Amino acid sequence: MKLTVWTYEGPPHVGAMRVATGMHGLHLVLHAPQGDTYADLLFTMIERRGSRPPVTYTTFQARDLGADTANLFRSACRDAWERFRPAAMIVGASCTAELIQDDPGGLAESLGLPVPVVALELPSYSRKENFGTDETFLRLVRALARPVARTQAVTANLIGPVALGFRHRDDVAEVTRLLSGMGVGVNAVAPMGATPADLARLGAAHFNVLMYPEHAEAAARWMERELGQPYTRVVPVGVGATRDFLQEVGRIAGLPVRADESCLRLPWWSRSVDSTYLTGKRVFVFGDGTHAIAAARIARDEMGFDVVGLGCYNREMARAVRAVAAAHGLEALVTDDYLEVEAAIAAAAPELILGTQMERHIGKRLGIPCAVISAPVHVQDFPARYAPQMGWEGANVIFDSWVHPLVMGLEEHLLTMFREDFEFHDGAGPSHLGAGSHGPGGPPGPLAAAVGPASPAPARAAPAPVSSAVAAWLPAAEDELRKIPFFVRAKARRNTERFAAERGLAAIGVDTLYEAKAHYAR
Amino acid sequence: MTDPRPLAAGRGCRDTPVLKQRGQREVFCGLTGIIWLHRKMQDAFFLVVGSRTCAHLLQSAAGVMIFAEPRFATAVLEEKDLAGLADANAELDREVGRLLARRPDIRRLFLVGSCPSEVIKLDLQRAAERLNRQHAPHVAVLNWSGSGIETTFTEGEDACLAAMVPGLPSASGRSLIVAGALPDVVEDQMQRLLAGLGVGPVGLLPARRADGAPPVGPGTVVALAQPFLGETLAALERRGARALLAPFPFGEEGTTAWLAAIAGAFGVSAERFDAVTAAPRARARRAVAAAAGPLAGRTVFFFPDSQLEVPLARFLTRECGMRAVEVGTPYLHRGILGPDLELLAPGPVISEGQDVDLQLDRARAARPDLTVCGLGLANPMEAEGLATKWAIELVFTPVHFYDQAGDLAGLFARPLRRGGLLGGLAGGVMGGAPAGAAP
Ligand code: SF4
Repeated sequence: MKLTVWTYEGPPHVGAMRVATGMHGLHLVLHAPQGDTYADLLFTMIERRGSRPPVTYTTFQARDLGADTANLFRSACRDAWERFRPAAMIVGASCTAELIQDDPGGLAESLGLPVPVVALELPSYSRKENFGTDETFLRLVRALARPVARTQAVTANLIGPVALGFRHRDDVAEVTRLLSGMGVGVNAVAPMGATPADLARLGAAHFNVLMYPEHAEAAARWMERELGQPYTRVVPVGVGATRDFLQEVGRIAGLPVRADESCLRLPWWSRSVDSTYLTGKRVFVFGDGTHAIAAARIARDEMGFDVVGLGCYNREMARAVRAVAAAHGLEALVTDDYLEVEAAIAAAAPELILGTQMERHIGKRLGIPCAVISAPVHVQDFPARYAPQMGWEGANVIFDSWVHPLVMGLEEHLLTMFREDFEFHDGAGPSHLGAGSHGPGGPPGPLAAAVGPASPAPARAAPAPVSSAVAAWLPAAEDELRKIPFFVRAKARRNTERFAAERGLAAIGVDTLYEAKAHYAR
Repeated sequence: MTDPRPLAAGRGCRDTPVLKQRGQREVFCGLTGIIWLHRKMQDAFFLVVGSRTCAHLLQSAAGVMIFAEPRFATAVLEEKDLAGLADANAELDREVGRLLARRPDIRRLFLVGSCPSEVIKLDLQRAAERLNRQHAPHVAVLNWSGSGIETTFTEGEDACLAAMVPGLPSASGRSLIVAGALPDVVEDQMQRLLAGLGVGPVGLLPARRADGAPPVGPGTVVALAQPFLGETLAALERRGARALLAPFPFGEEGTTAWLAAIAGAFGVSAERFDAVTAAPRARARRAVAAAAGPLAGRTVFFFPDSQLEVPLARFLTRECGMRAVEVGTPYLHRGILGPDLELLAPGPVISEGQDVDLQLDRARAARPDLTVCGLGLANPMEAEGLATKWAIELVFTPVHFYDQAGDLAGLFARPLRRGGLLGGLAGGVMGGAPAGAAP
């Protein structure tokens, strides 16, 4: 039993829904109680889809339990086939139906429907949503993909995009453009946009582009083994990764690398003098493994940030994330407990968080700006405009969206110089973000964690002295500290206290503050 | 606008045969009530014993993640808990112990059952009794089920309130209990009206804090503020209380009838009743008239959601000039809804339960001007050109009593007004379907 308030991932059957909803001509019959139909709103509200997910729920009730839930499943399955006439069906159980062990696969098979019916195993009590997408896609590919002749021209499949993905819609367009620049066509995009017939001819592609390992790595491995299709390891998020990706495509396809970087603006935007203030900004990176790894590289090598924390919530990616973290001289944070993430962020006191919607809320609480880099998604993560993460345009989008939450360069200096100006009080955030944004001096917010794991509630107020050994601040030093801009004040306080502690000082005066500043100056 | 007048000698829809179909039900489970109950009861904590799905439901139904101190959590069952029940109980005791140690402000703890906890027959009733002994008197531990195999959406609140009834203190004299969680602002308005009528003492169920629990006894009269509280009403009746049946307090007419029933039970004079209600009634009528313009003469179709459908249909047809095509409700409690059914002019299909695909077919055939439905159906209906109102908003926003009557009409009118405002966008330069909706 594990106490949970907010979760990064839903149950595995939601992953199955993301695959089914992304595809066309596929229908999912889910053995589940009525309340599980809430999942439809993820697609119709968050993603603003204009049609219902292709999912039928059996919605069995307590009174059915003693009687005949199996028959209910059979009739739901038959009705779904008759009404929707899908080209293929997938069947599975949600957490409750898993307990009553009706065997949806066997029941569906006994109906003798004239289309392929693929049974899913979705262990709800041990696995989660990303497992569900990966597993569902694997089972579909295994059931439907057959060895077929390769296309004459060099083509690739784009695999991994699903419904409710973080910018998948636009990433597909961007990667398609990158490949076409190399002279590589697209054989199929799957699961998103694919029909069961498209899956049957996945084998016609010369190789696979694994866009999102979270959702298609198992299928990529299977196709490599069974269909002889190599797959790309580099995920083209960021300038360097996109260049590496094109090199990899060139190697796999035996083609010279060709790329049109004329629309790529990140390198110059990042080099231009206005961006000097970005240098060494401390960032904390957390998300799904793929996006976190990509963000860490961009942060350090393309923005000039200092990565002070890196982690992911999906254990499946733990190894890869740990390796990258080690290269940054960090220990990776692998957890799906947002309270642990919050505590780690508070301890690292970054100037910017690159995270998910969960970290955006954590940032709000701690008064740290946040840019979203990964699922889990929110309605805001489905912008009307074109906003990929991959490829050249993805890099441009990332530059803008990461810089946006920060205080702009000259503004930062003005804030420092005119600290006493009433409009520049600590609660004033970046001027372009309006009245809603605030620094740590803004709304105090509840400081105690509601519930959490056994670990003590994380200290929400980052600057609060934690240990009793901390030296006391003399009033003059406190006043001086207040003149330091709020977005670096927590760091200044911590550094000064550490400096004082190391020297065994009982009190912190103005001089201590400046000695510490000199000591820690980079 | 319309003058409220009871249907002459008619029984409205009271005897209308009910369409019952059995198929996929597109509704929330009772856990959803936690979203508003945990805000209403400030010293209560809701611990769902369930699965990752239950946790995800609460997170998704909340729409936004309310990061500020949520007083709910899910104890997610894991494989090892399924292996042996003894373990699950020990784990539960441990988690509750930790939780209460960390949250000394909690006075009421609800162990909320879910489908998985029921299917594995985890006895949360007994667990609650055991934990109650451990943590009394500081914390009262109670149990109810919000499982989707037993409860639909608002039935969770019913189960929660019913669970509190046996623990209410006993009352000797005459009193009124108003049952149903209302937004604080609405509750305060109601209290002012009742005080004006000289009705009292007034107890509220649920009370904002544990020490405000209303006493109940043979002299107690119960008025339901929400129609989905059948179990709660039965539990109060078992404590000797008497039910007041009346139309629900939506709109000017419903509010007046609801207050009149209470006034009757407490012997309030007609003069006093008029003196207290005249001004707010007039205000409510003006507000409804101002907001309901786009609704007049339009048709409305209710998908089952909260059990508020019948009273709302009554309000929309009698005070806003709409015509109901179908009034679907997850469960039709004829006793409680009788007074509203009587005021609803015959005509609409009254349906209970759901086969969502068949019901969608009926809605498509009827092409109502406004469809009231859940979040899973709204955008797909809009993409088919049918204006919708999310039903869930009716449970989350202040809509009861006189001073919300105009807002209530406005909630329904807004989608139609918006449709009018955006009419120029339809079709695009080449004509055709609305642009942008992902398939
Ligand atoms: S329907 Fe059952 S399993 Fe699903 S969220 Fe509700 S209580 Fe949990």
